[in-house]
Amino acid sequence: MSTHNHTEEHHTGLRVYVAVCLALFVLTVVTVYIAKFDFGDFNIVVAMFIASIKASIVALYFMHLKFEDKLTWIYALYPLFLLFLLIGFTLMETFTRVPVIK
Amino acid sequence: MANGAVTQTQHIPYLAQKGLKSWILTTDHKRIGILYLITISFFFMIAGLTALGMRYELMTPELDFFRTATEYNVAFTIHGSLMVFFFIVPGIAASFGNFLIPLMIGARDVAFPRINLLSFWIYLVGTAILLFALAQPADTGWTFYTPYSIQTGTKVIMITLGVFVLGFSSILTGMNFIVTIHKLRAPGMTWSRLPLFIWASYATAILQLLATPVVGITLLLLIAERAFDIGFFDPAKGGDPILFQNFFWFYSHPAVYIMVIPAFGIISEIIPVFARKPIFGYKAIAYSSFAIAIISFFVWLHHMFVSGISETAAAIFSFLTMLVAIPTAVKVFNWTATLYKGSIDFHSSMLYALSFIVLFTVGGLTGVYLGALAVDVHLHDTYFIVAHMHYVMIGGTVMGFFGALHFWYQKWFGKVFNELVAKAAWFLIFVGFNVTFFPQFFMGYQGMPRRYATYPEEYISYHALSTYGSWILGLGILIMTVNLLIPLWKKGRPESSNPYGSLSLEWQVPSPPPHENFDEIPTVTDWTYAYGKK
Ligand code: HEM
Ligand SMILES: [Cu+2]
Repeated sequence: MSTHNHTEEHHTGLRVYVAVCLALFVLTVVTVYIAKFDFGDFNIVVAMFIASIKASIVALYFMHLKFEDKLTWIYALYPLFLLFLLIGFTLMETFTRVPVIK
Repeated sequence: MANGAVTQTQHIPYLAQKGLKSWILTTDHKRIGILYLITISFFFMIAGLTALGMRYELMTPELDFFRTATEYNVAFTIHGSLMVFFFIVPGIAASFGNFLIPLMIGARDVAFPRINLLSFWIYLVGTAILLFALAQPADTGWTFYTPYSIQTGTKVIMITLGVFVLGFSSILTGMNFIVTIHKLRAPGMTWSRLPLFIWASYATAILQLLATPVVGITLLLLIAERAFDIGFFDPAKGGDPILFQNFFWFYSHPAVYIMVIPAFGIISEIIPVFARKPIFGYKAIAYSSFAIAIISFFVWLHHMFVSGISETAAAIFSFLTMLVAIPTAVKVFNWTATLYKGSIDFHSSMLYALSFIVLFTVGGLTGVYLGALAVDVHLHDTYFIVAHMHYVMIGGTVMGFFGALHFWYQKWFGKVFNELVAKAAWFLIFVGFNVTFFPQFFMGYQGMPRRYATYPEEYISYHALSTYGSWILGLGILIMTVNLLIPLWKKGRPESSNPYGSLSLEWQVPSPPPHENFDEIPTVTDWTYAYGKK
């Protein structure tokens, strides 16, 4: 643990935190701004893409994931896999439905 | 001896301190374990009595015990939700997990003792909400399926809120156990020497940590739809009722393994001690818990085969469901192989462990029937399901739980129960259980649907038999409970701190163990299961 804290201090000074914070603000503005354009089906994709970047930098820097060991990464990433599993199979089921009443 | 290095000078047992404050503010994992044990037993009793009421109703085809069908529906909702969410899911994991994990790995406590207490308090808040909800209970069944749970006139929000709050307790406990097992193992307690209960608890903790949030969100969405009319599940508002089932079972299938994997762990501890043999296939048993924890996320649609899901999805999930039976069978075969040529002592806890193997096998195999798509179309929502789930949950988890109560009783409470009475109670429980639930396979197969208060004349003999069985089962549990309670008020201590000659660390400390378990953290030099090597 103590060696951990050491590297953490090394990498995340106040400047990094401020930079991440600014990035979050900028990305929020971007999200609002591009809401004006219509990408059709891709609206959700674009919005989610930006949101994912925001979530990632929060996890990496604010939550210190970047400086954690492999095990912590597994515990951080495995739920993402489960999320894809849940969404993926649920959509697969929905898309393969055959209308019973024609 | 594996862990003979344990030295003990201070002998003040953890139970010495008295007074309410010493309990509700305790951070001692053993005491927190007891707190869970008391609360889950309380809910087990209420839910069990409700079940006796339901069985009494079903003794005859007409509605005679409950006043309305809705009352019967309320009864099975209370029974199911209490048993599942308040007893069996937190059951072994939170009570025995708390008591055993630090002792078994040679630690003084869990990694975060205060969070551990917080988990218990959250659990209590959940139960308080639930008891409040019971004043006006819902009638949806424990699965809270939409659209009915949105439309029914009974109160759904309170009970789901209770379950939602409870989820946080599970998540925190799971997190705590994972960190404990990683960080606090005694020197020499390598992964390949760990007791199998620890492996099982770890696998369970993964499921608690990663699956529980899904049911939490699902119930929150349900509450949002009921309270604020937001259309998640109602097609008229752009939702999809099947979505609820997807979310619900994405949690609840892994949850059935939250219920049973800790019992697997218990069986793996009891069998080698009373067969006086090293456990057979240690690695296979250890890894199969993980295999189950992973595969169990891939099978949830088997609960929805006839919900109107696509045939493609149904076929894929029927196949995937078969996979989960493999690691489960691996365990059963290894336990059986451990028994082979063992010198078996039929201690009451061993009787429960042996019953587990038999009954869980019946439950698991009938699960495979249900996983077979074509068969399930016929059997879905019949008493066959009721029989299946009770064979795995009572025949499996509860047998493991009772076995654990008898096995670690001396260690946990520092008292001795009457072994003869314990055996008699076991006999009644074993017989009563089978008389209650075996006929349900037949009546389900013949078409008797679950969740009905009345039924056609032709099922009467099955139902009546099942009701008589429930009395035997109830009597057995009553005798067992009394037998385990009486010694608590009596004076006297066990003669030996390791009466069954176990090699596991928890048996090397006094009964009951001192506060903080070990004077000096022991150094482990051998495998936990090296029976008969010397
Ligand atoms: C060998 C492993 C198992 C398999 C293949 C299996 C398969 C199934 C299937 C396919 C169903 C759905 C049947 C239907 O509704 O039509 C089912 C229901 C159920 N199973 Fe299992 N099962 C297994 C083990 C377990 C275990 C270990 C538990 C719990 C400890 C469990 C608890 C339940 C419960 C509670 C239900 C009923 C849920 C409800 O209320 O609808 N099963 N099982
Ligand atoms: Cu399932």
